[in-house]
Amino acid sequence: MTAELIHRLHFAFTVTFHYLFPQLTMGLAPLIVVLKTVALKDVSGEWDRAARFWGKIFGINFVFGVVTGIPMEFEFGTNWARFSRLSGGVIGQPLAMEGVFSFFLESAFLGLFLYGGSRLSKKMHWFSAVMVFVGSWISGFFIIVTDAWMQHPVAYAHLPSGQFEVLSFWQLLLNPWALLQYAHNMTGAVVTGSFVMAATGAFYLLEGRFQECGCAYGKIFLKVGVISGVIATILIIFPTGDLHGKYVARHQPAAMAGMEGLFRTEAGAGIVLMGQPNEETQQIDNPIVVNDLLSFLVYGTTKAEVKGLDQFPRDQWPTTLPLLYYAYHIMAGLGTYFVLLMIAAAFLLWRNRLYQTRWILWLLLISFPLPYIANTAGWMTAEIGRQPWLIYGLMRTSEGYSNMVSAGNGLFTLLGFMGLYALLGLLFTVLVYREISHGPEPKEKAAVAAD
Amino acid sequence: MMGFIWFWLVAVMIVGYVVLDGFDLGVGVLHLFLVRNETERKATLASIGPVWDGNEVWLLAGGGTLYFAFPLLYASAFSGFYLPLMIVLWLLILRGVSLELRNHLDLGVWRSLLDGVFGLASALLAIFYGAALANVIRGVPLQPDGYFFLPLWTNWQPGVAPGILDWYTVIGGLVALVALTLHGALWLTIKVSGDLEQRARRIVTPLWLALAALTVISLIATIAVRPASLNNYYQYPVTFIVPVGVVASLAALWFWNRNAQPVKAFLASSVYLFFMLAGACWGVYPTLLPATTGAANDITLTRAISGPHTLSVGLAWWTFGMALAVAYVVFVYSRFKGKADAATVGH
Ligand code: HDD
Ligand code: HEM
Ligand code: HEM
Repeated sequence: MTAELIHRLHFAFTVTFHYLFPQLTMGLAPLIVVLKTVALKDVSGEWDRAARFWGKIFGINFVFGVVTGIPMEFEFGTNWARFSRLSGGVIGQPLAMEGVFSFFLESAFLGLFLYGGSRLSKKMHWFSAVMVFVGSWISGFFIIVTDAWMQHPVAYAHLPSGQFEVLSFWQLLLNPWALLQYAHNMTGAVVTGSFVMAATGAFYLLEGRFQECGCAYGKIFLKVGVISGVIATILIIFPTGDLHGKYVARHQPAAMAGMEGLFRTEAGAGIVLMGQPNEETQQIDNPIVVNDLLSFLVYGTTKAEVKGLDQFPRDQWPTTLPLLYYAYHIMAGLGTYFVLLMIAAAFLLWRNRLYQTRWILWLLLISFPLPYIANTAGWMTAEIGRQPWLIYGLMRTSEGYSNMVSAGNGLFTLLGFMGLYALLGLLFTVLVYREISHGPEPKEKAAVAAD
Repeated sequence: MMGFIWFWLVAVMIVGYVVLDGFDLGVGVLHLFLVRNETERKATLASIGPVWDGNEVWLLAGGGTLYFAFPLLYASAFSGFYLPLMIVLWLLILRGVSLELRNHLDLGVWRSLLDGVFGLASALLAIFYGAALANVIRGVPLQPDGYFFLPLWTNWQPGVAPGILDWYTVIGGLVALVALTLHGALWLTIKVSGDLEQRARRIVTPLWLALAALTVISLIATIAVRPASLNNYYQYPVTFIVPVGVVASLAALWFWNRNAQPVKAFLASSVYLFFMLAGACWGVYPTLLPATTGAANDITLTRAISGPHTLSVGLAWWTFGMALAVAYVVFVYSRFKGKADAATVGH
């Protein structure tokens, strides 16, 4: 294995694992705010205990996000030194802003939210929840700005030393690619949060938990999860996914051709719903195609010409083409399933039948891992589609890795991370499972603990 | 001018990190020796529970600032120190997770394992940070292209081709270990009460003696390894205030601890850390990373600094953002003022 490949795998593995946690952080944070807001008016205290319960899970998730996030910050230097040296003046800014503007905020108010319970007034506790939400969403924004600059560099100058420098602060932050990506990605995080909350509610109802105390936790979680779920799953396809796709087709046509498995340029290009791309024969094996749909989705008319891979020299094709194609199709396929499931659940909720309908509770329960898969697949699409560029059109991935760190050293630390993260994954599962099976405090005990 | 400003801004963030995360690393080391039972252990951990995560943010924000202000330094140092940095990352992971786990799981005997991991990771981190600083003072085998790669150790001598660890950097590691443990002990005298508080106060004396001795040794060793580190001081004699400050803060620490004024003693210890770091920075300035392979290969301020536009854009948001950040920090610490509350530890 070459050093380049090792460094790519190193980054891909650690960031993929990292993002399992922030997506729940960013997805749960607004839902906790919803619970806390209802709790302000709720005399039974149930919504407040529900919020505190999710606060605990949030706290555990947050710690895992932090400890897996710190390596990411270092890896730009350790594994991508040549890239960092030239682009640090640009890339380093949003990364540093993430630390300065959001991590301070988030960690400060999370400390208050989790530990300050008895020391804070009701309003202040609500306010900490809001600030944690704001902090985590700002954090997501800056990291997306960083990534978007690599996808679609704007507002930069190329210095004689080969370094890039920022020309306009606002153009960097308001990179259109970043705004689209942010909208789509944050909605994806809310999808994860909603599915996790709804699945927990479904779990409690299926188990018949909290009947002895007459608490409605299962129903509360289902209601909040399904309502936010139905909104988010629709938004993620339309308009955010749709717009993002159009932008990719315009600015990274080779990536779009790879995502769709479009080997040849076509007017009235169809969408391949299923089929296996074959790099050798340059066609899709066993395809199921909807005619003209791709042209329509991308350009708004069924007859528009969509560029295929044949328009690009071979050395500008996305590497690992089949992976790109499958990742994209998994994301979009799951997205379709999510909408159907959530609309069905919302319909039943509206007709007051959701809590008794066991098949949909079961579906909601077992579907909670799927948003994680969809989010991961989405990022794989974005990052593999960008290949062979590290900064699109400006710097190739082969020019960016740390060539003084040998493949052997990289492999050693990659294996180290794999081992450590396997352990972390296990511990995380145990911790969260324990919290969920313990559940929110029933009434009497919470009243005692509050004093 | 911009170079000068950003050099000290980065330095300030590193000092912020050491002063803040320093005490929770110190508490991590100390809780292995100091506490006698589960209640005391809970009180000890509660004293850092709400803040340790925020303290680590200083490392990230400082790292990010270094990244955009001095990309060459960031790229060169992070890839050159590849192996020790990865170890630091693993230690940070183990430390954070073991603290979180012990708060949530009732694991019986396994708890002791987690406490051990937490303490050991804290101690090793302190040692690594000290050794890292010593590496920067000693210099690294930079190549003309600005890169290097250091093995963990070679022959334990600081020469042309040193390793991360040699006798000099090991001294640096020990200074950091003792200084941060002492810093943590003083934090505990503020945050815990009763017997434990007394024990924390008593352990300050031996730690102080060790630190005073190590401080002197490390100063002598630094001058021996890198005689040039005195040049700036001779050129601007007022800056001898730095070593004077080191001695004065150590004396003040001793005095206030004796007089049971824990907050002042803790501040004295923070000032000590500040002067030690500032002294080291001033010793190398305006070099950022000296080369053992000849001064022509040094990474200097002018060589590493980002473009002017980047820096002026950065200065605007940085000033605003850090003012906010300091406000949050003050707010949180004021909320958790006084003795820690062991009952809240499991959230
Ligand atoms: C729950 C998660 C989820 C779901 C259901 C979808 N997506 Fe997505 N998608 C993401 C989560 C995501 C993501 C993780 O948020 C990505 C990765 C990078 C990014 O900005 O967002 C992404 C990227 C992404 C990209 C950009 C790829 C690139 O940058 O090269 C496009 C074109 C789409 N998505 C389109 C869609 C469409 C048309 C969907 C619906 C059928 C869809 N996504 C469902
Ligand atoms: C959390 C979501 C993310 C996931 C799952 C992800 C996934 C990946 C994958 C799979 C690769 C390897 C691509 C390949 O080599 O074929 C990669 C590379 C990379 N990504 Fe991401 N990425 C994510 C977010 C980000 C962000 C936010 C940034 C920038 C701040 C980023 C920067 C990079 C860099 C520098 C590389 C290495 C160079 C390269 O191979 O292109 N990634 N990522
Ligand atoms: C899609 C990509 C990413 C998103 C949306 C994202 C978002 C977040 C969020 C919201 C947090 C807060 C803690 C938590 O949620 O558990 C976090 C933690 C962190 N992330 Fe990421 N992240 C991404 C990828 C990266 C990358 C590529 C880096 C490397 C620069 C990184 C660095 C960090 C760090 C250092 C932390 C710990 C912060 C702390 O102490 O609070 N993240 N991330």
